[in-house]
Formats: sequence, C-alpha cells, structure tokens
Amino acid sequence: MLGRTANGLYWMFRYIERAENSARLIDAGLRMSLTRSEATEDDWDGVLQSSGVRDIYDDLYEKLTSADAIDFLLRDRANPSSVMSCIDSGRNNARMVRTALTRETWEATNECWLGLKSTLARRIKAADLPEVIDGIKRMTGLIRGAFHGTMLRNEIFNFSRIGTFIERADNTARILDVKYYVLLPAVSQVGSSIDNVQWESILRSVSAHRSYGWVYEAEYKPSNIADFLILNGRMPRSLAYCYDKIVSNLGYLAREYGEGHAAHATAEETLSSLRNHSIKDVMDQGLHEYIENFISHNNRLGQEISDGYRFN
Amino acid sequence: MMNADNSPRQPYSTYNDWYSAQDKARLIAKSKEAENIFRKTGITFAVYGHADSSEKLIPFDLIPRIISGREWRKLAQGIEQRVIALNAFLDDIYHKQEIIKAGRVPRELIERNVAFLPQMIGFRPPGGVYTHIVGTDIVRTGEDQFYVLEDNARTPSGVSYMLENRETMMQMFPELFHQNRVRPVENYPYLLRHSLASLAPPGCDGKPRVAVLTPGIYNSAYYEHAFLADMMGVELVEGSDLRVIDGKVKMRTTRGYEAIDVLYRRVDDDYLDPLTFKPESALGIPGIMDVYRAGNITIANAPGTGICDDKAIYSYMPEIVEFYTGRKALLENVPTWRCSEPDSLKYVLENLADLVVKEVHGSGGYGMLVGPTASKKERSAFAEKLKSRPTNYIAQPTLSLSTVPILVNKGIAPRHVDLRPYVLVSDKVQIIPGGLTRVALKAGSLVVNSSQGGGTKDTWVLED
Repeated sequence: MLGRTANGLYWMFRYIERAENSARLIDAGLRMSLTRSEATEDDWDGVLQSSGVRDIYDDLYEKLTSADAIDFLLRDRANPSSVMSCIDSGRNNARMVRTALTRETWEATNECWLGLKSTLARRIKAADLPEVIDGIKRMTGLIRGAFHGTMLRNEIFNFSRIGTFIERADNTARILDVKYYVLLPAVSQVGSSIDNVQWESILRSVSAHRSYGWVYEAEYKPSNIADFLILNGRMPRSLAYCYDKIVSNLGYLAREYGEGHAAHATAEETLSSLRNHSIKDVMDQGLHEYIENFISHNNRLGQEISDGYRFN
Repeated sequence: MMNADNSPRQPYSTYNDWYSAQDKARLIAKSKEAENIFRKTGITFAVYGHADSSEKLIPFDLIPRIISGREWRKLAQGIEQRVIALNAFLDDIYHKQEIIKAGRVPRELIERNVAFLPQMIGFRPPGGVYTHIVGTDIVRTGEDQFYVLEDNARTPSGVSYMLENRETMMQMFPELFHQNRVRPVENYPYLLRHSLASLAPPGCDGKPRVAVLTPGIYNSAYYEHAFLADMMGVELVEGSDLRVIDGKVKMRTTRGYEAIDVLYRRVDDDYLDPLTFKPESALGIPGIMDVYRAGNITIANAPGTGICDDKAIYSYMPEIVEFYTGRKALLENVPTWRCSEPDSLKYVLENLADLVVKEVHGSGGYGMLVGPTASKKERSAFAEKLKSRPTNYIAQPTLSLSTVPILVNKGIAPRHVDLRPYVLVSDKVQIIPGGLTRVALKAGSLVVNSSQGGGTKDTWVLED
C-alpha cells in the first residue's frame, strides 16, 4: 500500500472523528447554557479551549458570544476543527484514497459532505440547532456503520482505526485537560449544583452521561468521572479503550509486515501505564500533569506511525 | 433515430417499441434517479475557473445511442487502420522521418511543433507502441458516413463515463438488455490492464506492476483516474509517491520503495519529468525520462505522442494513412483549411460565418469559434486574432451532423452528437464496441464538450 494512501486513510478517519467530537462539544455547551439560569461566556470559553481553537476565535471575533462561538465551531472554514472544515478535509482525504474504500464507505462519506454542505450553507437558527447536531451524528454514524459492515479487515482497516483512536484519545484528553480543575478533590468537596452541571457537561461531551450511571450508579463523583474517562476499558471514548484498540491494530500491522517500529513500543508503554494505574495513582501524580503528559505521548505516537509507515 | 418517412431506423426498432410503451413521467423520474446515482457516487468532473462549485455532474441522457453491428464493423476497420497509421507515423518522425523526406508532410510542422519531443528521437518504446490508448472522435453525417474529428492520441478521457453510463442503464432498465443484444463494454478495465502489462519493459521479471499516475484530486478527471485504478486493481499514484532509485521508478509504500513497470500516466508530457521538461513543475518525477530511455519503465501513452493531436497534423491524416498503410483512408477527414497558408486564410476570413475555427493546440472546446452561431461582433474579434497569428488556427466546415433523440420534459427531441470509441493498442488493436456519446444539450448546438455544457449517453453496439 502506498504511504500516501495510509496517510490519507489515517487522516480521513481522524477528521471524521473530530467532526463528531466538535458536534458533541457544541451539544454539551448548549446543554450547559440551558441548564443554568445565567449562562456565562465561560461555558463557551471552555468549549473553544477543549476544541483547541480559542486563539483562532480571538483573532476573528471581538468578543465571545454563544451565537458566534456556535457558528465558529459548526461552520467556519477559518476554524480547521469546525464540523464543516473537518468534513471537507475528511472527504478530501477519502477522495484521495477512494480506491482503498468500499463503495458503501465512500458513498456514506460523500453523502455526509453533500448533506452538510447544504445544511451548513447558512447560519443555523438556535431553534434548529438540536436537529442539525443530531443530523451530524447520524451522518458520521452512517460512515462508521458502512465502514464496519463492508471493509476487509486488512491494513487499510488498521490504518483507519488507528487514525480514529488517536484522534479520539486526543479529544477526550483535551476535554479533561480543560476541565481538570472541576475534578480536583479540593473543589469536589463543595458539591454544589454548579459542579453537577459541570460534571454532567464533561460526560455529555463524550456521550457518556447515561452510561456513567450504569457503571457508577447515578451519583456524580469526580474521581469516578476521571476513572471512567481515563482508565475504564469498557468505555469507548476512554483513553484506556482507545489505546487498547491502537495497540491491537498496530499489532496486526506488525504481524503482517513482519516488523515493528518505534510506534509499537510507545503505544504499548502507554497502554500498560493505563492498565496498571488506579485513579488514585493518577490523582496523586496530579491529574493535570498526567493528562499533559498523555497528550504529548499521543502526539509523539502519531509522528512515529507516520515515520514508520512512510506517510510522507 | 428516425428515417425520412418517420419510421424508426432499423437498430432503434426494438428500443422504439419499448419507448412507446413507457409512461413519460416515469422516465423523467428515472432521469432524476440517474442524476442522484451520479452525485452520490461522486462521478464528477471539475470545470476550471468555476468558483461556485468545483465539482460538476455531466448531464446524463437515458435514451441510448444505438449503432448497428454492420455499421460498427465498418467504423472499426477505419479506426484500426488509422490507429496503426498513427503509431507508424510516430515511429517514423522520431526515427528516419521518411514521410518528411518523401515531401508528404512539411518538416517545420513537425520539428517546430511544441508537442514534438526531441528527447524521443532515436528511442523506440517497448513493443514499438506509442499510443496505447486512443479515443478517436467521430461524427456521423448519414448512413455509413463517418468523419474523424480528432484522433486524441495523447490522453483520451471519458472512458469512465462509458462504463458508468452502461452500469446505470443496466440498473435502471434491465429489461432493455434482455430485448436488445447489446455488445458488452464492461471488460474494458481488464483489457486495459492486460494490454498495458503486455508492454512491460523487456527486463521486467515476474508479474508486471502497473500504476495510474494522476495529478491529484483537484484535476478535472480525477474521478476517472481513481475509477480506472480501482477497476484494474492497481495503485493510483501521484508524482510525490514516486522516485527514481537504482535506475528504476519506485513508489513509496508502507513497506518501503517498490518498483513500477508500467505507468499509465494521466499527466501531460510537460509535467512528467522536471529534469527534462518543466523545471518548476512539482508534479513530475525527476529522472523518469532517463529510466524510460534506459528501457526500465513503460510509459503509456509514450511522451511525444501529443503531436498527433495537433490540428494542423490532423489535416495531413489522409496522406499519413496512405503513406504507412498503402491504402486510402477508410474514414474521412473533415476538410480542413490551414490558416498558415495565405490562400486558405483568405478563404477562411471571407467565409467565417460558415466555418468552425479551432486553435491547432486547443482542446476541450476552448478558444474556438463556431461561425454560424457566433455574433457579428464575435466573428470580427476572432478575425483579428486569426490575422495576427494565422499559424495558430485551422478552419473546418460545419457538418450536418446526424442527431439522436434525448429526453426532454415534453418527450423526445433531436440533438447533435459525436462518438468517442476507445482503442487499446498492444501487439494487437482492440476496439471496445461502444464508447462515449457526447451530446449537445442545447437545440441546434454543435458543441458537445462537457466543459461547454454537453451531456453523455450510453452507446450501444448491437450484435447482428
């Protein structure tokens, strides 16, 4: 397989994952502003930071308003992580690698792009937002479904999955990084209703507000939330789950190619640290430091994969 | 489709019975359905300079263009003769140049031609084949009367539409293919792959590795490049994937660099090798021409074949065919005035309102004047261009092209069409029974190019 094709697959799935994540972040932001009597701009500040685009926003807008923030996150092509930009880039990569994709996967991707291009052609009215966000999740869900249902489990599949999970791990880690202070023990003792809203918004931004209840029973407890998002191997957006998938997909490649790369060691090391620590260890080490360290390792892994498999 | 007495022409009779029994509203709905299939699949092309949307659909008309087996056999013989002559001509101008010595084609027309590549002089590609894939543009003016419009020996495009149009028709109207015995075109990718592989360099041991070279996703024909690579089961590569290593052209794969034996390139000569041609080009593969000349890769079509697409060369095709095959050309050339010749120029300027004037290196319907439909102002502006650079132009009469029906809201209406059959050359010449029928969608228009608003149809060659 061409190195450029592997690169295209990897980024196609990173962008689609990111598009979905941006939609989810908007969803969580909206929810927060609905739940609170006095919605503050801080809520959207947190969302923009989680998406890693606060600086770009400040370059373009004078002040922070929820309407501008939503528009910026949803459809501004000047924002490389906006839903529209991600779908543009994802689909462009899909076009580049379309010989590697099944017809179903390509068509789902193309239809997602065609659909969003027309839906997001103009500013979305507040009343229409929930429907638009649902539409985005549904269309990206169709891509995932077509991909899982039709693709051969070969190297094409592996590079695509690795892209998905590196992006997802990055997204989850960023959300934690921005909100880590909410989960710190000192603050958690307060237990006010504001904290409840904050906690819920974290869970909602990873689509986990319902599943959390099943695992930890309804009560919100910061260390449980951190445990769920970082260490729980059953939670599909947790760091541990993402790394479990990354390691297994890299493992298939190593077996097929008969050789491994630096990336294999890096991924395995991260996975074993996620498996062997308790949430207490993580909190003792410092949640913020732990997440920062994770994000930088995750970036390094992306680079090592690109080098090892000659993406460029 | 119809005879003068308004009865359907013989190849259309079965189709006509079917059509008469159809509900017209259903056909219009089917037409929309076809458009959705194309849009969803991403069968698009890019029109350069269109800001609103860079990807356009080519309108598809669902009434097939039908050619009888008898008429096709005649046409195919003429095409085969012409393609053989083109290859012989290319071999000659890059070697002994006997046609020049015999005084049949002027030396300066060849040696001063921008499409003539001195780098090809004295070099013979594997198998002696220069034009592996040809798409001869043909128009029909009446029963058994065909004219060649252009030879398209460089990189003919549109074959993906031939295949997708057929696929769409078979999905939408399977019953038609039970009633009519339509010759298949679906095996084109298979034939193409085999044809290309059979011309691998002599030093290639093992199974030849074929790849399609594309300029990338922003090229107007990118869809076709990806489609062909996919259907042939070969890699789709860009210049940045390739590098010359140890005298071979190799592609960067996830396992390291691997050699390519045959490159079906869909980039122009100019962008092949920045060391030999355009130094500023980022698309090419530095050194590929050295590998080529050392006989370590096959490039299809060969560099330097573009000279056959020159419209001044075209005007010599009757002589060229006769010179190399020893027989009169079976297919007619459209009479062509070379504006470089003073008498011709005078005639063209005097009769501009009746002629089509084209740039010798032009393609895609750009930069041409269709005299009969142009305004007086357009004609006089064009006359100035002609006078300032006469060698840049040729002129042809407008032919009374035959028409075929298309589906319009009110039923069917006649429109002008041309036909591009696809030809594969290896140790044999294979002509795919069918091709791309391009249709001018505006009533009375003679311009069928997709970049100028033309559409396409499925093309049936009947078994009879």
